Amino acid sequence: MSNSEEDFNFAYLDEQTKRMIRRALIKAICIPGYQVPFASREMPMPYGWGTGGVQVTAACLQETDVLKVIDQGSDDTTNAVSIRKFFERVAGVKTTENTGKASVIQTRHRIPEQVLSEDQILVYQVPIPEPLRFLEPRETETRVMHALEEYGLMHVKLYEDISINGEISTAYAYPVKVNDRYIMDPSPTPKFDNPKMNFCPAIQLFGAGREQRIYAVPPYTKVISLDFEDYPFEASRAEKTCEICGATNTYLDEVVIDDKGTRMFSCSDSDYCNSQKS
Amino acid sequence: MEQILKAKAINKKFGDVYACNNLSIELYTGEVVGIVGESGSGKSTLLNCLSGSLVPDGGNITYLDRDNNWLDLLSLPEPRKRNLLRTEWAFVHQNPRDGLRMAVSAGGNIGERLMAIGYRNYSQIRAEATEWIEKVEIDAIRLDDKPSIFSGGMQQRLQIAKNLITKPRLIFMDEPTGGLDVSVQARLLDLIRSLVRELGLSVIIVTHDLAVARFMANRLIVMKNGKIVETGLTDQVLDDPQHSYTQLLVSSILKV
Amino acid sequence: MLEVKNVAKSFNLKNLDKGKFSVIRDACFNVNSGECVALIGNSGCGKSTLMRMIYGNYVCAEGQIYIDKENILDLKAIEMSILRKQKMGYVSQFLRVLPRVSTIDLVMEPLLDQFESRARAKDIAETLLSRLNLSSQLWHLSPLTFSGGEQQRVNIAIGFSKDYKLLLLDEPTASLDRENKKIVMDMISEKKEKGSAILGIFHDKEVRDKVCDREIDVSNFSAS
Ligand SMILES: Nc1ncnc2c1ncn2[C@@H]1O[C@H](COP(=O)(O)OP(=O)(O)OP(=O)(O)O)[C@@H](O)[C@H]1O
Ligand SMILES: Nc1ncnc2c1ncn2[C@@H]1O[C@H](COP(=O)(O)OP(=O)(O)OP(=O)(O)O)[C@@H](O)[C@H]1O
Ligand SMILES: [Mg+2]
Ligand SMILES: [Mg+2]
Ligand SMILES: [Zn+2]
Repeated sequence: MSNSEEDFNFAYLDEQTKRMIRRALIKAICIPGYQVPFASREMPMPYGWGTGGVQVTAACLQETDVLKVIDQGSDDTTNAVSIRKFFERVAGVKTTENTGKASVIQTRHRIPEQVLSEDQILVYQVPIPEPLRFLEPRETETRVMHALEEYGLMHVKLYEDISINGEISTAYAYPVKVNDRYIMDPSPTPKFDNPKMNFCPAIQLFGAGREQRIYAVPPYTKVISLDFEDYPFEASRAEKTCEICGATNTYLDEVVIDDKGTRMFSCSDSDYCNSQKS
Repeated sequence: MEQILKAKAINKKFGDVYACNNLSIELYTGEVVGIVGESGSGKSTLLNCLSGSLVPDGGNITYLDRDNNWLDLLSLPEPRKRNLLRTEWAFVHQNPRDGLRMAVSAGGNIGERLMAIGYRNYSQIRAEATEWIEKVEIDAIRLDDKPSIFSGGMQQRLQIAKNLITKPRLIFMDEPTGGLDVSVQARLLDLIRSLVRELGLSVIIVTHDLAVARFMANRLIVMKNGKIVETGLTDQVLDDPQHSYTQLLVSSILKV
Repeated sequence: MLEVKNVAKSFNLKNLDKGKFSVIRDACFNVNSGECVALIGNSGCGKSTLMRMIYGNYVCAEGQIYIDKENILDLKAIEMSILRKQKMGYVSQFLRVLPRVSTIDLVMEPLLDQFESRARAKDIAETLLSRLNLSSQLWHLSPLTFSGGEQQRVNIAIGFSKDYKLLLLDEPTASLDRENKKIVMDMISEKKEKGSAILGIFHDKEVRDKVCDREIDVSNFSAS
């Protein structure tokens, strides 16, 4: 460990911070789904642009890592590009758009379609980590609810959904129970992606910068979407075919393609779509 | 006749104020005990100590649970205590906002306790919520409305439905008809009374309204400055009060 | 059934000068099952006070009051309220009930308290109210707006809905017309036959002569 300082002291964060975040990450992995507080640092980007995810990624990255950054499934949005550029500069790591070639993937709002592997880490950017916040504004109370596993309230939210819409209309940030214990907000990913979290071979890390929380799902951990017996969870997607690659089992974006407002459905995971085309 | 709650020598001080000064009370199964007294006499503080929402400085409180075990409430682990509050106990607040989630529909409010104890069938939860909203005399059409658009009396009835759906055994009420006008108040009291009888509930009800106390309580406790000055059968305390303070209290208001 | 022994009563109105005064001293009498006994004496001599002490409505600090050989002055409040429900009916001079509760529900209440089924309680209540000539249109209204005579009949129906071992009647016929008075007298006689011990205050001599077996002059116990 003599040259540890050299090894660790890269990727923007100072060693102290990195150590603190890694400690939080280890704790988070030990208690799947539990929100670990951490002292979030100022990042050279505003809150809401993934500062939590960036700090987690920075704390994980090693020189040999290959980084992929996606935003809503796409590698080439401004946000994804700027985060990727940021790490190219401060860590000098290789980057890729190819899901299979990445060792660390930072994501906003999607899980790649391609099944992840054991040697990958998926880092989620999280705006609001507390799934109970919607109905219980008091942080002291939600903490006790987690501690005592008092989760009736989460079903109240789903009950409200059904009573208003005739079905569970929550389509994003659909609450899950991790390892039969903690209820977790999977960040605003579409519920279509929820099943991918269950027994996922990759490590899943979640960082919320503004709210200063880190949580995690270790590899091969049970992640179950909440539901009612008579209104079971459904990983719904638009009943359409990708007009670019012809995929029928992917999560689709509806995009406007010309001035006349013509719409088209295509895979939201751009890397997956490209790989299917060829 | 069996006791369900026993409190001995309860003390609670706020600064120099003795809100509860060495109070002992016991409650029997199926009994409705009223606590009356002027503002600031410590009624709410006593109720909060008994119901576990406030920790007394000293004393001892035991409760006989559904399985016939005496529980020492002051040393009861927090999870068990909260579990009691959701299942065997109920607390009806004066202000319905303290007992309801205003952003959640009436049905969601009523169903919350069911979901908290593990109900996972939407239709069943809804059926029971419908049954209860009707029991408290609110039209079932209102099940999906938010309580924020309900009248004060309806909110209070909703709070009662929300509390009673899990068939609690012990119910604490702090001025349950406080902010309501007289006719609404009478309807609500009647409703509470019939539910108390139907479900065999034991009740501690705090009120400063002696008329409410007369109609609701079998037994009355009169408090002043954190102390119990008199206790007895409700009509006896009101019709033949022994303590000068109670005499003043009874004579200073219209005949009830 | 009922035995009153050396009972005394004084009031102490602590917020008044000279608020302490004695009303009754050394009251002794008894009432047997199947018997109706009248308390008599001039107004203010303490008839109602005595009756209220038996009911537990007034505190009795001296003497003993036995009901079924049990000194009720030894009972805790909770025990007294159970004893009332099980054994004692009390028809007071005035109707004091919760607003808004319907007449029929008020009459059913003591029956439901004793775990009668709703259907049976309703049956008994309706029979009683009909017998007391209370129009069925009134049954589902609160009696608080009724006339004095109607209110009194509601009060009687409540007190007579069960076969109590001891029935205390404080001027039950005071504001009733001849016909209804006759009905109430019949009802009292029936309760006697069923074995109730009845203690009553009746200003009406005709009623006393018809239904009462004995009279007790409370002014004999007067403290003044
Ligand atoms: N949290 C608190 N902090 C400080 N003092 C308190 C607190 N709660 C109550 N007190 C004081 O304790 C005393 C008893 O208050 P409590 O609320 O029990 O009265 P109450 O009998 O319920 O009155 P009211 O009829 O007005 O509701 C009062 O003097 C009150 O000011
Ligand atoms: N709650 C009370 N507080 C103080 N004094 C009372 C109370 N109740 C009755 N008294 C007094 O006790 C005395 C006896 O009253 P009580 O009502 O027993 O008379 P009574 O014999 O029933 O008269 P009446 O025939 O007029 O009904 C009266 O002087 C009365 O003022
Ligand atoms: Mg209060
Ligand atoms: Mg009298
Ligand atoms: Zn595609």
